[in-house]
Amino acid sequence: MNKSFVRPKSLVDVSTHYCPGCGHGIAHRLVAEVVDELDIREKVIGVTPIGCAVVAYDYWDFDCSEAAHGRALAVATAIKRVRPENIVFTYQGDGDLAAIGTNETIHAANRGENLTVVFINNAIYGMTGGQMAPTTLLKQKTATTPLGREIKYHGYPLKISEMLAVLQGVKYIERVSLQSPQAVLNAKKALKHAFENQINNVGFSLVEILSPCPTYWGMSPRQAMDWVRDVMSKEFPVGRIK
Amino acid sequence: MNKKILMTGNEAFAKGALDAGCRFYAGYPITPQNELPAYMALNMPEAGGVFIQAESEISAVNMVFGASAAGVRSMTSSSSPGISLKQEGISYLAGAELPSVIINVMRAGPGLGNIWPSQSDYFQATRSAGHGDSHCIVLAPSTVQESYDIMFLAFDLADKYRNPVMILGDGLLGQMMEPVLFTNHQLSVAAGGPATGDQKPETKLWALTGCKGRKRNIAKSFYLREGDLEKLNILLQKKYQEIQEKEERFEGVNLDNAELVLVGYGTMARIAKSAMQRLREENYNIGLIRPITLWPFPKKVFERYATGDKRLIFLAVEMSYGQMVDDVKLSLNGRFPVDFIGRSGGGVVSEEDIIAKVKGLLSTKKRNE
Repeated sequence: MNKSFVRPKSLVDVSTHYCPGCGHGIAHRLVAEVVDELDIREKVIGVTPIGCAVVAYDYWDFDCSEAAHGRALAVATAIKRVRPENIVFTYQGDGDLAAIGTNETIHAANRGENLTVVFINNAIYGMTGGQMAPTTLLKQKTATTPLGREIKYHGYPLKISEMLAVLQGVKYIERVSLQSPQAVLNAKKALKHAFENQINNVGFSLVEILSPCPTYWGMSPRQAMDWVRDVMSKEFPVGRIK
Repeated sequence: MNKKILMTGNEAFAKGALDAGCRFYAGYPITPQNELPAYMALNMPEAGGVFIQAESEISAVNMVFGASAAGVRSMTSSSSPGISLKQEGISYLAGAELPSVIINVMRAGPGLGNIWPSQSDYFQATRSAGHGDSHCIVLAPSTVQESYDIMFLAFDLADKYRNPVMILGDGLLGQMMEPVLFTNHQLSVAAGGPATGDQKPETKLWALTGCKGRKRNIAKSFYLREGDLEKLNILLQKKYQEIQEKEERFEGVNLDNAELVLVGYGTMARIAKSAMQRLREENYNIGLIRPITLWPFPKKVFERYATGDKRLIFLAVEMSYGQMVDDVKLSLNGRFPVDFIGRSGGGVVSEEDIIAKVKGLLSTKKRNE
């Protein structure tokens, strides 16, 4: 009997440390499926972030490098420049990519590095206990915005994908979500396109994935998925940005 | 080529790195080391390597992390405030055991300080690689020629021990021009030189190259599970101990007969050497210890003074308010008086300053005898 749903070769057969309902497991699997389908497992090099996905290298069965908090795109830039024949991608959360690492993000994008970026936006810092992220929504309660995010004190949710889209070095940006099976399929399509761009030497490609964090949103997994659809994607509309 | 070329210390660092097989450089502009990245920008492409002007000191050192993880001889350079910014990254390099070279062309601090030469980052360089129990191997050249030559040693030590190596220069050395002979260094096997005897062409089996035909490689310094980090730290400590046992380097002059021994490194060692020569012409019996490795500090050379009745004085000379002098005291373990002369903030101790200090110390000693 042929199995129609199997573990991708690029995904190690272990259980993850992620909370129930977390989006990272889905996103990790999508990356692994795309790597398998493009037959690049033996030449892909992943750069993992600081944050909940810090040990993503324990779950992917290909070469990976750690990067200090926010520096994934500096590390990835160097790896790709010295090994242009390899396929190099970063996997980063909103705190990593859009707060402490904003400088690296903007300049790698502006240099037009031929890299693929997987950007997980869950509007919160998960690893450290649910603090405000640059992408935290207005009124959203977090450990460091106990009364909700207020414009007066915390500014607006940062739309870094839209910011990056104006840079001439950037070739492809799309925002997707994990809110439903259909959305997950679209997310995979976007990821595949971003990896294909690198293979075809097109240039800097980024996929922003709206991803649930039920634990620090204080919701059930189901409620969190609905919140991505009903609230988060109003602030961060899905679709092709560039 | 036997022709000498006139160049600055900063250029000699860059040329030495390229000749030693460095094929990745990332840096950020900061005075007084700007000739170094400029030389790299011009000459790295011809060597077939990669030069990147990074968006920040922090980005530059993390680029070195990536290039080194990918198996390439990699380097960054900066000056004091920039090195402070790089220290998180240097600690990561030590933790992930990635061979790499970091050059600090020291300027005066604290804070923004100024762009004049200084040796006041000795503690920062020698006490740890950054946060955590970690060490850089620290080397200190004292001439422009040695700045070229030491790059071969730096990259070889980095590869041999899979450890970051810091070169501690200063603004004077970086800016000074001297003729340099591009001595015909045999490239080490690790740098792609020919293998001889029972040596095997070295490949970095741990490097990230894509997992074709092998298990995946991971470059990391993160060990969350109970006990794992402690295991790594014990291994690192063993490595540091081996480095301390095997890699001490120094230059010594008149060590066995001297009644006063000057101790200095880098630019200050040159000034101390000139002062020593003038004093010896006046029949003062002076010696000199010039540490070439600052970590490991060359403790063993001080052990020759552990026995015997001779009364000796040691005088540490530094462009700081007293940092290396602590290592001299630790090495002598209280057996002899250790005096100090130093300035920092732009001032440089002169030959005359040292001569006056030495004469004062020796006449006091005589009076007490």
